[in-house]
Amino acid sequence: MGVMGAVPLSWYLMLSAILFSLGVAGFLMRKNLITIFMSIELMLNAVNLSFVTFSRHYKQVDGQIFTFFVMVVAAAEAAVGLAIILTVFKNRSTLLVDDVDSLRL
Amino acid sequence: MHYLWLIPAFPLAGFLINGLLGRRLPKSIINLVAVGSVLLSFLWVVKTLQALMPLESAHIEHYFTWISSGTLNIPYELSVDRLTAVMLLVVTGIGSLIHIYATGYMAHEDGYYRFFAYLNLFMFFMLTLVLANNYLILFVGWEGVGLCSYLLIGFYYLKHSASTAGNKAFIVNRIGDFGFSIAIFLIVATFGTLDFPKVFEAVKALPVETSAGMLTAICLLLMVGAAGKSAQVPLYVWLPDAMEGPTPVSALIHAATMVTAGVYMVARSSAIFLKSPFAMDTVAWIGLVTAVMAATIGMTQNDIKKVFAYSTVSQLGYMFLALGVGAFSAGIFHVMTHAFFKALLFLGAGSVIHALSGEQDLRHMGGLYKKIPVTFITLACAWVAIAGVPPFSGFHSKDEILLAAHHHAPWMYWVGVVTAGMTAFYVSRAMFLCFFGSYRGHHHPHESPASMTIPLGVLALLSLGGGYIHIPQFLEPVFPLAEAHHDQSLMVISVAAGALGIGLAWFMYLARPGLADSVANAFGGLYKLVYNKYFVDEIYQSTLVNPLVAGSRTVLWKGLDAGLIDGIVNGTGSASQWVGAKCRRLQSGNIRTYATWVVVGAVVLLVSIGLASGGAR
Amino acid sequence: MDAILFLIFAAIAVACAINLVVQKHPITSALSLVGVMGALAVIYLLLGAEFIAAAQMIVYAGAIMVLFVFVIMLLNAGEEKKPARPSWFAKLLGIPLTIAVLGLLSFFVQHGSPQSSVTFGEYTGTAKDVGRALFTTYLLPFEITSVLILVAILGAVVLARKEMD
Repeated sequence: MGVMGAVPLSWYLMLSAILFSLGVAGFLMRKNLITIFMSIELMLNAVNLSFVTFSRHYKQVDGQIFTFFVMVVAAAEAAVGLAIILTVFKNRSTLLVDDVDSLRL
Repeated sequence: MHYLWLIPAFPLAGFLINGLLGRRLPKSIINLVAVGSVLLSFLWVVKTLQALMPLESAHIEHYFTWISSGTLNIPYELSVDRLTAVMLLVVTGIGSLIHIYATGYMAHEDGYYRFFAYLNLFMFFMLTLVLANNYLILFVGWEGVGLCSYLLIGFYYLKHSASTAGNKAFIVNRIGDFGFSIAIFLIVATFGTLDFPKVFEAVKALPVETSAGMLTAICLLLMVGAAGKSAQVPLYVWLPDAMEGPTPVSALIHAATMVTAGVYMVARSSAIFLKSPFAMDTVAWIGLVTAVMAATIGMTQNDIKKVFAYSTVSQLGYMFLALGVGAFSAGIFHVMTHAFFKALLFLGAGSVIHALSGEQDLRHMGGLYKKIPVTFITLACAWVAIAGVPPFSGFHSKDEILLAAHHHAPWMYWVGVVTAGMTAFYVSRAMFLCFFGSYRGHHHPHESPASMTIPLGVLALLSLGGGYIHIPQFLEPVFPLAEAHHDQSLMVISVAAGALGIGLAWFMYLARPGLADSVANAFGGLYKLVYNKYFVDEIYQSTLVNPLVAGSRTVLWKGLDAGLIDGIVNGTGSASQWVGAKCRRLQSGNIRTYATWVVVGAVVLLVSIGLASGGAR
Repeated sequence: MDAILFLIFAAIAVACAINLVVQKHPITSALSLVGVMGALAVIYLLLGAEFIAAAQMIVYAGAIMVLFVFVIMLLNAGEEKKPARPSWFAKLLGIPLTIAVLGLLSFFVQHGSPQSSVTFGEYTGTAKDVGRALFTTYLLPFEITSVLILVAILGAVVLARKEMD
């Protein structure tokens, strides 16, 4: 561990796990819609890291291709999601996720 | 093939035509169809019997197999033997006369077509009963006549007492039918078949049962059925109430034909009964008790139809007494003569009631022999017949029975003689109160139309001369004759009893008019008991009916039906609602809750994947 | 050397992530997220994925996060206020679930990850390699993603425009 050379693979994966859990934490505990959305982006990034790590491990480029596509999808999702948030704000004048509850039974 | 099926088919056709189309038909057509169908039936009976005579053994006609299940095979077969012949002639003959009478009697009633439709339906079922060649078809007819009895008793359905009486008749009958059904099941279990010829053949091979056994059980259960249908103790209570029906119904069903179905059934099953002396004794006892009890009640009643109703019950008791002591043909002989004079008594009573515009209470009649002479003369013929005055019909048949009773057990003879005296007394009382003395009512009596008086006349002739139709000899092939013992002294004693009864009635009601009331007051308590029919109806009501109704209401209805079954059904509904209400909380509309659930699900998945892949690798 | 670089940038990433979760104002959270993405780009470089690292900075940090910042400023979303009907369920289970996820994932990582190590300098994800794979093996998904982006544009335009009277 203290070797100033190769970094074990598990460290990268551990970092990915930590980032992912932090994303989950933000996702569960924040009340602002935009903040929740950002936590989701954080989770996606964590997964990207995981993919790249494995791509490096198997010496194949496919993991990075997948990361590429994840990024594309994240971009599309961000665009549409933010548009939805804009609409919600226009209609309800609030960004608090707890107040958007008209689908309650 | 003599087309026996036509005999019941004619009245059935009459029922269908009158029942379905009668509302729109004019009265003349209804009459034609109703009376015509029964007359056609009668003529066909005569023709068939002429062709078949001498009818030494039964003539059976097979039409189709009705039930075939496993080893049980029940065909639809009609048969005619001499016993059937007697019953057929009585049913169709008297049926025709009463139908003709009814066209006059019911002329001003509502539901005219309905009455004749029911009457024809009754004829159909009665004829099916008589012509049946196995117990099941007999039972079909049995139940059918019960149904028609209910329909006709409750004919004036807007009158509460009439519909109640109809219910009572049907329900009490049902109790008898229950016994009959069990008897049928036992017959199937013992003999494997219900056909009369087969069952009776098989029974002849069995020994006489001296102790409790299957045959005794069958006979006793058959007797339960007969007691229900033929109004014997303890199931006779429906017959007096059945007088709520129109008088032709009382005459046809509750005097001449339906109530004799029980007698016919027991007579038909004579082969089985002969194998069980205990059952025969029971039958004789029931008959005797019924005869005495009903006669005593009949002596105190004031409604003319009720007097004759109790008379019917009493006379049926005589018939069962005859069957019980083994004199089957004597019993059938009395069925025939009783049909003549009892139908005549009822039709005559109907004529009197018609003349008085509906009055039925004897205390408001009197001195009518001048005003309605034809009715009086015909009723007088019935009077002498039932009182046992020789040489008229009642004397012959009653004498046969009493002689046979004496041969079996002398004390039965003496009780029968006393009852004969009572019979003569109550009929004479009715006659004297109705036709003699001075008129105590307020109406204007008028004679009945010809449609009513002609049948009265025919029946009068039959009542007088019917004794000379030698039924016991005629029925010889079916019921072998016992040795003829004409004990002159016994005959004289029974005639004397009858004369005594008539004389006493004359004394108490004509010579000393106030005597009857003072006798009644002197025997205050006893008179009250007898006048109220020994409170049998009230006893039944409190011991049987009320507990049953209460039990049904609280246990079966409220407890089981509303509580348990409805509870389960409704409970399932409310349980679903409860579960749904709880599940509804899941849909809170709060996005963070949903998000939390998502993560919970993800955690569960992770755990399961970890476990599935074997944990520590 | 690799390890130190990795640790530094990993620490930056984690710190920025924690900041993202903890901050009250969304704009600060957005900036923290940019920090995370920057750190991750460097880590990608450490892993030898140069194309992805570049794409991460250009697309993620440069476009998506800018979009986020635009929207935050447009909506003028202030500090978080107390909601009318908070979810007790999320509040209750928030921390336990996070710990559960972290625990499970680290468990899997510890026990399941391959035993190898990474050194800086082995470039596996050159632009040439990625490009080759993208335009041969993965051509169809590539074309479909362009359709996807088109759809996203349309969706965003339709949702966010003003009402036509």
